[in-house]
Amino acid sequence: MATSATVHAHAPQGFIRKYIFSLDHKVIGIQYFFLALTAVFVGMFLSLLMRIHLLWPGVSLPLVGEIKPEMYLSLLTMHGTIMVFFVLTTAPQGGFGNYFLPIQIGAPDMAFPVLNMLSFWTTFVAFVTIIAAFFVTGGAPLHGWTGYPPLSAIQQAGPGEGLGADLWITSIAIFCLASLMGALNFLTTTLDMRAKGMTMMRMPLTVWSWFITAILGLLAFGVLLSAGILLLMDRNLGTSFYVPLVVVNGQIMGHKGGSPLLWQHLFWFFGHPEVYIAILPGMGVTSQILSTFSRKPIFGYKAMVYAMLAIGFFGFMVWGHHMFMSGMSPYSAFAFSLLTMCIGVPSAIKTFNWLGTMWKGHIRFQTPMLYAIGFVSLFVSGGLSGPFLAQPVLDIQLHDTYFVVGHFHLIMGVAAIFGMFAATYYWVPKMFGRMMNETWGRIHFFITLAGTYAIFMPMHYLGIAGGTRRYSQYTEVAYLQKLMPIHAFMTYAAIITIAAQFIFVINLFWSIFKGPKASDNPWEATTLEWTTATPPPHDNFNGVTPVVHHGPYEYGVPGAARDYVMQTDPSTVPSH
Amino acid sequence: MATYSPTTPVSQLGRGGDVPPPSNGGGDDGGFQGSSLPNGFPNYGARLRRARLGLICAIATVSMVFISLTSAYVVRQGLPTFDGTTNAYVRDWGMVQLPWQLLVINTVLLLTSSLTMEAARRDVTRRAALAPLKSFPGISLGDEKSFPWLEVTVVLGLGFLVGQWFAWGELKSRGFFVDTNPNSSFVYLLTAAHALHLAGGIIALLWASITSLQHRPVEGRRIVVDVAAWYWHFMAVLWIYVFALLAFAR
Repeated sequence: MATSATVHAHAPQGFIRKYIFSLDHKVIGIQYFFLALTAVFVGMFLSLLMRIHLLWPGVSLPLVGEIKPEMYLSLLTMHGTIMVFFVLTTAPQGGFGNYFLPIQIGAPDMAFPVLNMLSFWTTFVAFVTIIAAFFVTGGAPLHGWTGYPPLSAIQQAGPGEGLGADLWITSIAIFCLASLMGALNFLTTTLDMRAKGMTMMRMPLTVWSWFITAILGLLAFGVLLSAGILLLMDRNLGTSFYVPLVVVNGQIMGHKGGSPLLWQHLFWFFGHPEVYIAILPGMGVTSQILSTFSRKPIFGYKAMVYAMLAIGFFGFMVWGHHMFMSGMSPYSAFAFSLLTMCIGVPSAIKTFNWLGTMWKGHIRFQTPMLYAIGFVSLFVSGGLSGPFLAQPVLDIQLHDTYFVVGHFHLIMGVAAIFGMFAATYYWVPKMFGRMMNETWGRIHFFITLAGTYAIFMPMHYLGIAGGTRRYSQYTEVAYLQKLMPIHAFMTYAAIITIAAQFIFVINLFWSIFKGPKASDNPWEATTLEWTTATPPPHDNFNGVTPVVHHGPYEYGVPGAARDYVMQTDPSTVPSH
Repeated sequence: MATYSPTTPVSQLGRGGDVPPPSNGGGDDGGFQGSSLPNGFPNYGARLRRARLGLICAIATVSMVFISLTSAYVVRQGLPTFDGTTNAYVRDWGMVQLPWQLLVINTVLLLTSSLTMEAARRDVTRRAALAPLKSFPGISLGDEKSFPWLEVTVVLGLGFLVGQWFAWGELKSRGFFVDTNPNSSFVYLLTAAHALHLAGGIIALLWASITSLQHRPVEGRRIVVDVAAWYWHFMAVLWIYVFALLAFAR
């Protein structure tokens, strides 16, 4: 455990120690960021293939040829898994959290730098493992990102359910280990390495969000790991944890007596907190950016903290709402339904506090701010369908339809991605020392916002009309055929939106190398990362440990020379 | 909204969650103490606290793994299975004849190792406390050789693992394999999961033993031994739990 500051005083020199196996949390953060960027393009490409196939089922596509139904299932499995684990979990926490949590609390590095490096490279191995599933005999698995047995537990169940499914489970198990190491590091760092004056209630809301996310990760990933090991045993050692007596192609399998519901319980006990693991960092960065660009203190700092804690707490008690259709006592369903709707309360508190923060602010509509507002918009649009799905009676109608797909893509997928975009436009100047192009940033924002609504809003109508999800073709069923124009609209919107993401990538790489130089504090923000050089030196503060005197959101200070007071500013501010 | 007054002292401010400004340190707990002291010497106290905090997180995770395995154990135990021959629901949990004697011997080995581990921890703690005295001229602590508690612990720990291996062999000779019935699946699963975690502890102890051979500062080794010791005690408790589950919740 090389935690010695003497180690960090001198940056390592060789290329491998500096950029590959680096112990510096900033380099590791950037590694996570680029890993997630790679993963998001893989995931997005898979979704493009699916959308094209839905509209033109028979067409032969470059690279992949004609998409057969089983390949469609592989595509949706891998799209979901890659996006949930290697994008939504990796970028906000591993990427931005790693880079900015130590700086924002005034620490020179993470508590356990070696463990930090290990957790990145373990994640990398997990990513390589899951990608390998495409290239083995039978291809990638078919069982969806939720991996329900018996489909996922029987090797003969389908073409991708052989080695491909083993690789899929192994990848997730490795990912669990990596996330656990990361969570341990985040928690220890936040609890033990805060600078003088950085009390818990002076931490930026970003730090709070990473901290709470780490708690969720620490408690949730262990459960998924256990569930995955049981699944691997069912598949390879002939046990019957999850598999009842099953007949595949007229052949009786050796299992008996297991319960697929057991997997569902274990999986969703992880799966629901995972939703918050994806979205909480987005909430943190949105709070940070809304306050900074509205030039106002965050509305209800304490309420924001307690709301995030409440969301994390309730997040562990609602897993059953994913299983209303799986067979459940009405009493349990009632309890899960009630607890699920309870999450609406802290979510509403956060939403109104965001609006309250912007209310009568001197809003600067720069790209990070646009994305933060976009986050709030998507959080509301995606969140409002949550209480509908929380009703068992409605869920039984809407389950496994596009309504659910629309709901979770808006709130868990796109809202979290908007949080990442906001964070990217906000922090790239600090990370790489160059500003991103504002005009292209705005163009990217408006196309992406309109595009995501155009893709995911119609899914709600589709679902209410009975449009089932996970079908590779809708051409054989009369009532589903009538919904094809909506599918066509969504596919065109997806093609345009995906094309627009190249604006972002070109802007990002162009800016990193050619963008105008960024000052130390281009957004006139108050938190600690803006007090240090751009990009920050190896030990973050050049050998000085910062002392914190103020809360994180001292904006719009009346009568002061500037309209903000840095957290490290020893001067006095009014008690307004 | 009060007007801005440059003379308002920091101590009267109310922003940032109404927390008073730093007095004698910072943070909630005296603030971040760097890994090194201002004079350049390593700050072992801060490192130890950090390592223990990390260990608490690790223990929380391992607990979650075993809690979820327990819930699977309980659920699987109670599941009714449809029996095609009798057209009725039956329990297929099955029975396992555990090798009691071996398991009790293993338990004694592990509990003894926990005691020797504690002795090793106390020994290295005492040495670490005395270490700074060495820097005073004229003071020699002597070349005190203490009992090799750590090495004894490693041997006992390996003995436990070998004993578990024999227990598996005994199970197999009695005809209970991993896929014989759900009960035997869980016996193998839970013992293997525990053994794997214990093996991690043995690696940490071996690491601590190796560092004792090198001429590293004893304070650094103390951190490894201290954290490994608490982890080791946790492993002992965890084994008692697993054993009790297998013995009494059959």
